[in-house]
Amino acid sequence: MSSSADAAPMHLRATGQHQVAPEVMRPIMEVENVDVYYGDFRAVSEVNLDFGLNEITALIGPSGCGKSTILRSLNRMNDLIEGARVEGEIRFHGENIYGKDVDPIEVRRRIGMVFQKPNPFPKSIYDNIAYGPRVTGMKVQSMDDLVEDSLTRAALWDEVKDKLKQSALGLSGGQQQRLCIARAISVRPDVILMDEPCASLDPIATMRIEDLMQELREHYTIVIVTHNMQQAARVADRTAFFTAQPSEGNGDRTGLLVEYGTTAQIFEDPQDKRTEDYISGRFG
Amino acid sequence: MFAGRARPGEAVIKVVLRVAAAVAMVTTIGIVFALIVPAIGFFREVPIFDFLLGDRWAPRFADASFGVVPLVTATLWTTAIALLVSVPLGLGAALLLSEYATPGLRKTLKPILEILAGVPTVVYGFFALQFVQSTVFREWLRLDTGAFSVLAAGLVMGIMIIPTVASISEDAMSAVPMSLRQGSAALGANRMQTSLRVVFPAALSGIMAAIVLGISRAVGETMIVAIAAGSQARIVGGPLEQGQTMTGFIASAALGDSRVGSLEYNTLYAVGLLLFAITLTVNFISIRLVRRFRQAY
Ligand SMILES: Nc1ncnc2c1ncn2[C@@H]1O[C@H](COP(=O)(O)OP(=O)(O)O)[C@@H](O)[C@H]1O
Ligand SMILES: [Mg+2]
Repeated sequence: MSSSADAAPMHLRATGQHQVAPEVMRPIMEVENVDVYYGDFRAVSEVNLDFGLNEITALIGPSGCGKSTILRSLNRMNDLIEGARVEGEIRFHGENIYGKDVDPIEVRRRIGMVFQKPNPFPKSIYDNIAYGPRVTGMKVQSMDDLVEDSLTRAALWDEVKDKLKQSALGLSGGQQQRLCIARAISVRPDVILMDEPCASLDPIATMRIEDLMQELREHYTIVIVTHNMQQAARVADRTAFFTAQPSEGNGDRTGLLVEYGTTAQIFEDPQDKRTEDYISGRFG
Repeated sequence: MFAGRARPGEAVIKVVLRVAAAVAMVTTIGIVFALIVPAIGFFREVPIFDFLLGDRWAPRFADASFGVVPLVTATLWTTAIALLVSVPLGLGAALLLSEYATPGLRKTLKPILEILAGVPTVVYGFFALQFVQSTVFREWLRLDTGAFSVLAAGLVMGIMIIPTVASISEDAMSAVPMSLRQGSAALGANRMQTSLRVVFPAALSGIMAAIVLGISRAVGETMIVAIAAGSQARIVGGPLEQGQTMTGFIASAALGDSRVGSLEYNTLYAVGLLLFAITLTVNFISIRLVRRFRQAY
């Protein structure tokens, strides 16, 4: 527990050299007045949030506050959940991805996703990467080059270049997760969503993924959900803090966005008492 | 230090399981013996190559001949036709149930399959004979066919096997983790692509098992072919011809009054042994195939 009420513990301070979040953000995605329902249950309400181009944004907060829910609504993965409904607008390059004529499949191609537990297909390493381009009918000059490029960008090429035809399931957990990142990159998305991508990995594999995120940031916009505040402090340019509170009327706990700012500001100068309590470990 | 209470329940369970396994083993060995002993008697009198390669099956004639090829051709026709029906429809039903069906559709489709599985084969046999062959083929379609055909028997047998193929392959598809479907969807795959390119290959070993079981049931099915396929053992050249299958012959000969130990009696067992060998081979090959194409997850 921190002795000072104002500042986060030292190890949570955002000191990474990459975190030079510009004051002026160039938003690539804008979340406006978004409520997400599962059936009658409102899981999150009134979320307003912009994601900056080529920035890493972390979504943090206690479990059950709707981080994954918001993340899934960013590329319409909620469509796959029976009864899930999104209200409000989420714009990508200015276009509402929940608009009438929008093809959710195209949305998912432009906005990729990496999951909590590595989920490579039970296919060869090569076929895992080639899968996305094949199913989306992407025109590629050379699939071999695309596979190599994707694996290289995901910092996995050197480790797997001699065993592309072997099953992806033979890789270690950390390698599998980097394979999943390579797979997401293969369809040339603009945004990559990551839902606790290191939750099942050991510290060294976690570090490699964090380093990789810094490299990817040059070309992609990343939104990462993490329950690990040190991780948010290390990798993110901006951080959004969510919490869940009992809503008026019934006693359901609804998630809401408490505070959003540069990572440095959120960790060193939180404006909201709830944020401060959470990052200083005094939550709940 | 770790001494715990003895668990008498577990010992009982172990014994029960061992007994169950032993019963299965003993039965299998018993069947093989019961087949082999009379079959050896048969092959003392009929050279094995005359049996396997001969094209005239006339065990009860004065100039008896024991070429099994005619029976095999009838079995191949009915089995092939049954698989053409049951594999696509069974896999389609499984895909529908596991990947597409809303709870409402499941509630209708599942009972239909269960009803299909519960119909006695003798009912299927008469359905094939009276409705499919006589009414549909001869009256409505005016096809050039007699009272029996391997097509009518095979089609109806295919319908009978659909639930087997469907339920086993549906189990296999449902066992594929949701995370793989999500991973596929997140790459921009639609449902059909996810089903065919991710779920289907991942469930392949279960699907193969379903098909093999379908083949075994088709090869071994007796009542439908005994009623609707025909009773003359002639080489079958087309689907509208009649033909006696291996099981059809066994059923008809078993009803006769051949003396135990006679050549006619032993003939039954020679055909039975061949049937057994065919099923075993199919199983064996499929295990090999599954190993080769296996996609574990
Ligand atoms: N598929 C679902 N169906 C119904 N409720 C869900 C579903 N997924 C999440 N929820 C509910 O929505 C709320 C937010 O969950 P989630 O987004 O997973 O939170 P977090 O990722 O922050 O832990 C929780 O109350 C959870 O129970
Ligand atoms: Mg979550």
